[in-house]
Amino acid sequence: MNLEVFLFYAFAMLAIGSALLVVSLKNTARALFLFFITLFSMAGLFLFALADFVAITQIMVYVGGVLILMIFAFMLSNKELLADLQNISGSFLSLPSWQSVLLAIGFFVVILIGLKEWNNDMPEWILSNIKSGDIILPNDNNIQQLGIKFMTQYVLPFEVISIFLLMALIGAAHLSRKEENR
Amino acid sequence: MITLTHFLVVSACIFCIGLYTVIAKRNAIMILIGIELMINAAILNFVAFSKYDKTNYGGQVFALFAIVLAAASVAVGLAIILNVYRHYKTINPDNITDLRD
Repeated sequence: MNLEVFLFYAFAMLAIGSALLVVSLKNTARALFLFFITLFSMAGLFLFALADFVAITQIMVYVGGVLILMIFAFMLSNKELLADLQNISGSFLSLPSWQSVLLAIGFFVVILIGLKEWNNDMPEWILSNIKSGDIILPNDNNIQQLGIKFMTQYVLPFEVISIFLLMALIGAAHLSRKEENR
Repeated sequence: MITLTHFLVVSACIFCIGLYTVIAKRNAIMILIGIELMINAAILNFVAFSKYDKTNYGGQVFALFAIVLAAASVAVGLAIILNVYRHYKTINPDNITDLRD
Protein backbone atom coordinates (compact mmCIF):
# COMPACT_ATOMS: atom_id res chain seq x y z
CA MET A 1 0.00 0.00 0.00
CA ASN A 2 1.68 3.19 -1.10
CA LEU A 3 1.30 6.64 0.34
CA GLU A 4 -1.29 7.85 -2.17
CA VAL A 5 -3.74 5.06 -1.41
CA PHE A 6 -3.18 5.46 2.32
CA LEU A 7 -3.89 9.19 2.17
CA PHE A 8 -6.98 8.59 0.06
CA TYR A 9 -8.36 6.16 2.63
CA ALA A 10 -7.50 8.55 5.45
CA PHE A 11 -9.40 11.40 3.77
CA ALA A 12 -12.34 9.15 2.93
CA MET A 13 -12.56 7.88 6.51
CA LEU A 14 -12.33 11.45 7.81
CA ALA A 15 -15.10 12.62 5.48
CA ILE A 16 -17.49 9.75 6.18
CA GLY A 17 -16.76 9.65 9.92
CA SER A 18 -17.23 13.36 10.46
CA ALA A 19 -20.38 13.34 8.31
CA LEU A 20 -21.76 10.55 10.49
CA LEU A 21 -20.90 12.57 13.59
CA VAL A 22 -22.56 15.67 12.10
CA VAL A 23 -25.83 13.85 11.71
CA SER A 24 -25.67 12.05 15.05
CA LEU A 25 -24.70 14.89 17.37
CA LYS A 26 -27.52 16.44 19.33
CA ASN A 27 -25.97 19.87 19.58
CA THR A 28 -26.41 21.87 16.37
CA ALA A 29 -23.48 24.19 17.09
CA ARG A 30 -21.08 21.26 17.39
CA ALA A 31 -22.51 19.69 14.26
CA LEU A 32 -21.93 22.93 12.35
CA PHE A 33 -18.30 23.08 13.38
CA LEU A 34 -17.81 19.40 12.51
CA PHE A 35 -19.22 20.16 9.09
CA PHE A 36 -16.00 22.18 8.51
CA ILE A 37 -14.00 18.94 8.76
CA THR A 38 -16.28 17.13 6.32
CA LEU A 39 -15.88 19.90 3.75
CA PHE A 40 -12.10 20.06 4.20
CA SER A 41 -11.70 16.33 3.69
CA MET A 42 -14.01 16.44 0.67
CA ALA A 43 -11.65 19.08 -0.78
CA GLY A 44 -8.79 16.68 -0.08
CA LEU A 45 -10.62 13.97 -1.99
CA PHE A 46 -11.02 16.33 -4.96
CA LEU A 47 -7.23 16.63 -5.05
CA PHE A 48 -6.93 12.89 -5.57
CA ALA A 49 -9.14 13.22 -8.66
CA LEU A 50 -6.61 15.78 -9.94
CA ALA A 51 -9.02 18.70 -9.63
CA ASP A 52 -6.90 21.21 -7.75
CA PHE A 53 -8.89 24.28 -8.77
CA VAL A 54 -12.19 22.71 -7.67
CA ALA A 55 -10.64 21.81 -4.31
CA ILE A 56 -9.45 25.36 -3.67
CA THR A 57 -12.83 26.75 -4.76
CA GLN A 58 -14.54 24.32 -2.40
CA ILE A 59 -12.47 25.59 0.53
CA MET A 60 -12.97 29.24 -0.39
CA VAL A 61 -16.70 29.11 -1.14
CA TYR A 62 -17.87 26.61 1.46
CA VAL A 63 -15.60 27.23 4.41
CA GLY A 64 -15.23 30.93 3.77
CA GLY A 65 -18.80 31.71 2.81
CA VAL A 66 -21.42 29.07 3.34
CA LEU A 67 -20.39 27.91 6.80
CA ILE A 68 -20.01 31.42 8.19
CA LEU A 69 -23.50 32.17 6.84
CA MET A 70 -24.87 29.02 8.47
CA ILE A 71 -23.31 29.83 11.82
CA PHE A 72 -24.77 33.35 11.64
CA ALA A 73 -28.22 31.99 10.82
CA PHE A 74 -27.96 29.46 13.64
CA MET A 75 -27.02 32.12 16.16
CA LEU A 76 -29.79 34.44 14.99
CA SER A 77 -32.45 31.74 15.09
CA ASN A 78 -31.71 30.00 18.36
CA LYS A 79 -32.44 31.65 21.67
CA GLU A 80 -31.18 28.67 23.63
CA LEU A 81 -27.74 28.57 22.04
CA LEU A 82 -25.84 29.25 25.25
CA ALA A 83 -28.07 26.99 27.29
CA ASP A 84 -27.56 24.37 24.59
CA LEU A 85 -23.80 24.64 24.84
CA GLN A 86 -23.73 24.44 28.62
CA ASN A 87 -26.27 21.67 28.90
CA ILE A 88 -23.98 18.74 28.08
CA SER A 89 -25.59 16.40 30.58
CA GLY A 90 -27.96 13.81 29.28
CA SER A 91 -27.40 11.88 26.09
CA PHE A 92 -24.60 13.10 23.85
CA LEU A 93 -25.86 11.53 20.65
CA SER A 94 -29.39 11.87 19.42
CA LEU A 95 -31.13 8.59 18.78
CA PRO A 96 -31.73 7.95 15.09
CA SER A 97 -35.24 7.36 13.91
CA TRP A 98 -35.19 3.88 12.52
CA GLN A 99 -37.39 4.55 9.51
CA SER A 100 -34.98 7.09 8.07
CA VAL A 101 -31.98 4.85 8.85
CA LEU A 102 -33.73 2.05 7.00
CA LEU A 103 -34.46 4.27 4.02
CA ALA A 104 -30.90 5.62 3.84
CA ILE A 105 -29.32 2.16 4.11
CA GLY A 106 -31.72 0.78 1.52
CA PHE A 107 -30.81 3.58 -0.86
CA PHE A 108 -27.12 2.90 -0.24
CA VAL A 109 -27.59 -0.79 -1.05
CA VAL A 110 -29.41 0.12 -4.26
CA ILE A 111 -26.55 2.43 -5.29
CA LEU A 112 -23.96 -0.26 -4.52
CA ILE A 113 -25.81 -2.88 -6.56
CA GLY A 114 -26.05 -0.44 -9.45
CA LEU A 115 -22.34 0.32 -9.13
CA LYS A 116 -21.47 -3.37 -9.20
CA GLU A 117 -23.49 -3.89 -12.36
CA TRP A 118 -22.02 -0.73 -13.88
CA ASN A 119 -18.45 -1.87 -13.24
CA ASN A 120 -18.93 -4.83 -15.56
CA ASP A 121 -19.36 -2.60 -18.58
CA MET A 122 -17.93 0.87 -18.22
CA PRO A 123 -19.09 3.56 -20.68
CA GLU A 124 -17.54 3.56 -24.13
CA TRP A 125 -15.94 7.00 -23.81
CA ILE A 126 -14.02 6.14 -20.64
CA LEU A 127 -12.55 2.99 -22.17
CA SER A 128 -11.60 4.72 -25.41
CA ASN A 129 -10.06 7.68 -23.55
CA ILE A 130 -7.99 5.32 -21.39
CA LYS A 131 -6.85 3.48 -24.50
CA SER A 132 -5.84 6.64 -26.32
CA GLY A 133 -4.18 8.13 -23.23
CA ASP A 134 -6.56 11.10 -23.16
CA ILE A 135 -6.83 11.30 -19.36
CA ILE A 136 -5.71 14.02 -16.97
CA LEU A 137 -2.22 13.40 -15.59
CA PRO A 138 -0.78 14.83 -12.37
CA ASN A 139 1.68 17.08 -14.18
CA ASP A 140 -0.89 18.69 -16.47
CA ASN A 141 -1.55 22.42 -16.36
CA ASN A 142 -5.15 22.15 -15.19
CA ILE A 143 -6.01 25.70 -14.23
CA GLN A 144 -4.93 27.26 -17.52
CA GLN A 145 -6.96 24.70 -19.46
CA LEU A 146 -9.99 25.34 -17.25
CA GLY A 147 -9.77 29.08 -17.86
CA ILE A 148 -9.60 28.57 -21.62
CA LYS A 149 -12.59 26.20 -21.49
CA PHE A 150 -14.62 28.66 -19.41
CA MET A 151 -14.12 31.43 -21.93
CA THR A 152 -14.61 29.41 -25.11
CA GLN A 153 -16.59 26.18 -24.91
CA TYR A 154 -18.63 26.87 -21.77
CA VAL A 155 -19.12 30.61 -22.10
CA LEU A 156 -22.94 30.46 -22.27
CA PRO A 157 -23.39 28.41 -19.05
CA PHE A 158 -20.82 30.66 -17.42
CA GLU A 159 -22.78 33.81 -18.22
CA VAL A 160 -26.09 32.19 -17.25
CA ILE A 161 -24.70 31.09 -13.91
CA SER A 162 -23.28 34.54 -13.16
CA ILE A 163 -26.66 36.17 -13.84
CA PHE A 164 -28.28 33.49 -11.68
CA LEU A 165 -25.87 34.15 -8.82
CA LEU A 166 -26.57 37.88 -9.02
CA MET A 167 -30.33 37.22 -8.93
CA ALA A 168 -30.03 34.85 -5.98
CA LEU A 169 -27.92 37.26 -3.95
CA ILE A 170 -30.27 40.19 -4.62
CA GLY A 171 -33.19 37.95 -3.68
CA ALA A 172 -31.53 36.85 -0.46
CA ALA A 173 -30.75 40.43 0.52
CA HIS A 174 -34.34 41.44 -0.24
CA LEU A 175 -35.78 38.55 1.76
CA SER A 176 -33.71 39.05 4.88
CA ARG A 177 -34.26 42.81 5.08
CA LYS A 178 -36.28 44.17 7.97
CA GLU A 179 -39.84 44.93 7.07
CA GLU A 180 -40.91 48.56 7.23
CA ASN A 181 -43.86 49.65 9.28
CA ARG A 182 -47.03 49.34 7.30
CA MET B 1 -3.95 2.74 -7.54
CA ILE B 2 -7.14 4.68 -6.84
CA THR B 3 -9.85 3.68 -9.29
CA LEU B 4 -13.13 5.32 -10.20
CA THR B 5 -15.00 2.87 -7.97
CA HIS B 6 -13.30 4.20 -4.82
CA PHE B 7 -14.63 7.69 -5.49
CA LEU B 8 -18.09 6.42 -6.35
CA VAL B 9 -18.40 4.38 -3.15
CA VAL B 10 -17.28 7.31 -0.98
CA SER B 11 -19.74 9.64 -2.67
CA ALA B 12 -22.54 7.08 -2.27
CA CYS B 13 -21.81 6.99 1.49
CA ILE B 14 -21.87 10.80 1.75
CA PHE B 15 -25.06 10.99 -0.31
CA CYS B 16 -26.88 8.50 1.93
CA ILE B 17 -25.76 10.33 5.07
CA GLY B 18 -27.17 13.52 3.56
CA LEU B 19 -30.40 11.75 2.70
CA TYR B 20 -30.72 10.54 6.28
CA THR B 21 -30.16 14.08 7.56
CA VAL B 22 -32.83 15.53 5.30
CA ILE B 23 -35.38 12.93 6.38
CA ALA B 24 -34.65 12.61 10.08
CA LYS B 25 -33.67 16.03 11.42
CA ARG B 26 -36.13 18.40 13.07
CA ASN B 27 -34.12 21.55 12.41
CA ALA B 28 -34.18 23.55 9.18
CA ILE B 29 -30.47 24.36 9.38
CA MET B 30 -29.58 20.68 9.74
CA ILE B 31 -31.77 19.91 6.72
CA LEU B 32 -29.81 22.52 4.77
CA ILE B 33 -26.59 20.79 5.87
CA GLY B 34 -27.99 17.50 4.56
CA ILE B 35 -28.70 19.10 1.19
CA GLU B 36 -25.15 20.44 1.13
CA LEU B 37 -23.78 16.94 1.83
CA MET B 38 -25.79 15.54 -1.07
CA ILE B 39 -24.57 18.29 -3.42
CA ASN B 40 -21.00 17.61 -2.31
CA ALA B 41 -21.38 13.92 -3.11
CA ALA B 42 -22.60 14.85 -6.59
CA ILE B 43 -19.62 17.19 -7.04
CA LEU B 44 -17.26 14.38 -6.06
CA ASN B 45 -18.83 12.22 -8.77
CA PHE B 46 -18.41 14.97 -11.37
CA VAL B 47 -14.77 15.45 -10.44
CA ALA B 48 -13.99 11.73 -10.41
CA PHE B 49 -15.41 11.22 -13.89
CA SER B 50 -13.66 14.33 -15.17
CA LYS B 51 -10.30 12.59 -14.72
CA TYR B 52 -11.02 10.57 -17.86
CA ASP B 53 -12.10 13.52 -20.01
CA LYS B 54 -9.17 15.68 -20.92
CA THR B 55 -10.53 17.18 -24.13
CA ASN B 56 -13.63 18.78 -22.63
CA TYR B 57 -12.96 19.17 -18.88
CA GLY B 58 -16.73 18.89 -18.58
CA GLY B 59 -16.74 17.38 -15.09
CA GLN B 60 -14.57 20.01 -13.46
CA VAL B 61 -16.39 22.90 -15.16
CA PHE B 62 -19.78 21.63 -14.04
CA ALA B 63 -18.44 20.88 -10.56
CA LEU B 64 -17.63 24.58 -10.30
CA PHE B 65 -21.13 25.45 -11.54
CA ALA B 66 -22.61 23.11 -8.93
CA ILE B 67 -20.60 24.81 -6.18
CA VAL B 68 -22.00 28.18 -7.29
CA LEU B 69 -25.54 26.77 -7.31
CA ALA B 70 -25.09 25.36 -3.81
CA ALA B 71 -23.82 28.70 -2.51
CA ALA B 72 -26.81 30.52 -4.05
CA SER B 73 -29.27 28.00 -2.61
CA VAL B 74 -27.75 28.34 0.85
CA ALA B 75 -27.97 32.14 0.72
CA VAL B 76 -31.65 32.12 -0.27
CA GLY B 77 -32.49 29.23 2.09
CA LEU B 78 -30.96 30.90 5.11
CA ALA B 79 -32.78 34.15 4.33
CA ILE B 80 -36.05 32.20 4.21
CA ILE B 81 -35.20 30.40 7.47
CA LEU B 82 -34.52 33.71 9.22
CA ASN B 83 -37.84 35.12 7.99
CA VAL B 84 -39.68 32.00 9.12
CA TYR B 85 -38.03 32.21 12.53
CA ARG B 86 -39.04 35.86 12.87
CA HIS B 87 -42.62 34.93 12.09
CA TYR B 88 -43.12 31.60 13.88
CA LYS B 89 -40.34 31.69 16.56
CA THR B 90 -39.31 28.16 15.59
CA ILE B 91 -37.36 26.52 12.79
CA ASN B 92 -38.76 23.04 13.19
CA PRO B 93 -40.41 22.30 9.84
CA ASP B 94 -43.03 20.12 11.55
CA ASN B 95 -44.42 23.12 13.43
CA ILE B 96 -44.69 25.41 10.43
CA THR B 97 -48.09 24.54 9.10
CA ASP B 98 -49.86 27.77 8.19
CA LEU B 99 -49.48 29.40 4.83
CA ARG B 100 -51.06 32.69 5.90
CA ASP B 101 -51.10 34.78 9.06
